[in-house]
Amino acid sequence: MKQKSKKINYSKWGYIFILPFFACFFIFSLIPLIDTIRYSFYEYFRSGLKEIGPNFIGMANYVSLLKSDMLKYAGNTLVLWLIGFVPQIVISLLLASWFVDARLKIRGQQFFKVVIYLPNLIMASAFAMLFFTLFSNKGPINSILLSLGITDNPIDFMGTVFGTRTLVGVMNFLMWFGNTTIMLMAAIMGISPDIFEASEIDGCNSMQRFFRITLPLIRPILAYTLITSIIGGLQMFDVPQILTNGQGSPDRTSMTLIMFLNNHLKSKNYGMAGALSVYLFIVSGILCFIVYRITNDDDPDGSKAASKKNKKMGRR
Amino acid sequence: MKSKGYNGFRTVFAHVVLVILSFMCLFFFYILLVNSTRSHADLQKGFSALPGGHFWTNLKNVTNDGTFPMVRGIINSLIVSGSSAAICTYFSALTAYGLYAYDFKLKKVAFTFIMAILVMPTQVTAMGFLRLVTKMGMYDSLLPLIIPSIASPSVFYFMYSYQQSSLPLSLVEAARIDGSKEFRTFNQIVLPIMKPAMAVQAIFTFVGSWNNYFVPALVIQSKDKMTVPILIALLRGADYMNRDMGKIYMMIMVAIVPIILVYLILSKYIIAGVTLGGVKG
Repeated sequence: MKQKSKKINYSKWGYIFILPFFACFFIFSLIPLIDTIRYSFYEYFRSGLKEIGPNFIGMANYVSLLKSDMLKYAGNTLVLWLIGFVPQIVISLLLASWFVDARLKIRGQQFFKVVIYLPNLIMASAFAMLFFTLFSNKGPINSILLSLGITDNPIDFMGTVFGTRTLVGVMNFLMWFGNTTIMLMAAIMGISPDIFEASEIDGCNSMQRFFRITLPLIRPILAYTLITSIIGGLQMFDVPQILTNGQGSPDRTSMTLIMFLNNHLKSKNYGMAGALSVYLFIVSGILCFIVYRITNDDDPDGSKAASKKNKKMGRR
Repeated sequence: MKSKGYNGFRTVFAHVVLVILSFMCLFFFYILLVNSTRSHADLQKGFSALPGGHFWTNLKNVTNDGTFPMVRGIINSLIVSGSSAAICTYFSALTAYGLYAYDFKLKKVAFTFIMAILVMPTQVTAMGFLRLVTKMGMYDSLLPLIIPSIASPSVFYFMYSYQQSSLPLSLVEAARIDGSKEFRTFNQIVLPIMKPAMAVQAIFTFVGSWNNYFVPALVIQSKDKMTVPILIALLRGADYMNRDMGKIYMMIMVAIVPIILVYLILSKYIIAGVTLGGVKG
């Protein structure tokens, strides 16, 4: 580089400038990570006021986690994520392709964008609390349904597995579909207009254009959306925690992995919390690697497209 | 023409879907707004689409409630979110500048490292974090909610992309020739150029921190240090059926209104900002 040929060596400033970031990362992320991994091999919990351990017990925590309800909670997390994600990606693709389609002449685009993005910024815990009050037995939704004569008795939304899971899914959908729409819009607008023009001349209809041109060309971004959404789903906590008051009711069918982790942390069962964290770390490590591959793709279209998506993670 | 009619149908269909989705987004907030203006007795009678006249009473009840110190919570949240946004954007820009403008041995390693942890969830280190914070004597204080935001990989990456597109290195060279020291160059020349990127990221960091529930719930214990999300969770845990429902709606209102206001004022920039880093890079 240029600086090297000069007498003054500026390279120390590079180190100085990145020092705060790395110091902070090492103290508040790396040391905790090592600590977490270390205690995952120990028996270390609190029973009453007595602290038990730490005693080294090898992989016992991992084994007992596998025997516990962890896999059930993983399944819950997956189901809750899917209920939100499937409609989210379908609606977002639809909206994004409508917004960029000049022939559709969507009126009030800016208004719609503002409205659909709004729930993304709402505090998830307050949103869940709102849903809890709205959908409670004496809440306004039941009141509306009763007065419209749709039901004769109030529906116990949060008393059924289906009701609770659907509510969580609807909240996740509402919170994320606007964000995904805007991301996908940017991706579709990044496609060269020449390609669309050429397809039109060749007599391509809007269905063919969507499935044969738009969809394949935004594939890297779709992959990115999918992976980052899985990571977001893995972290699902606020909404089910508040909605079910940390119980994952009914019968722990809406208990997510992070809620499970939170329970272990609250009861100071460090050994189990550590082992569970390591499981989560391995899964998210794999997902991180996939994201890294997408964002650092050598194919210029892929990397450029994926970099657009990067912003999304900032607020997860 | 056949295709014209087809497109006309699609336009109508698209508008219908958009209106339904917008209705879904706004409906719940409308109920919240209406119910926060009604008294407990009114709310027991059933739902009404028209607002009542108890807005100020409910608001007064919320601010005077000692069990849920909402005002204190908002002040705490403002302190945490404001400081996080400030230090996060400053240090992310600084880190990005360090990696962008200088050439040094570990540059590539450092960059690859940050990219590798870009989307790593904070929850996996929560246990060690909690123990560390306790050991450092920062348990039940606001500091552990603020300081870690210095290292935010995603904000860094955004800043880095922005610098790549908007910060010519010749400008830095020129400043050097004029005798500007490195820190001064960053603070007085680079930062002003970074303003749009910093504003966008400051908003997102602020919102993220304002809404954050997992970490504060682990670290904060005493009531006068609680942030808004913890208070909301506390509200959920309380015996809620015996409470004044008007007040509960008002508390939820108070928790989300500041963000909605900021959003409505800055929505244009926020929506543009969602994709800004990539569009420029």
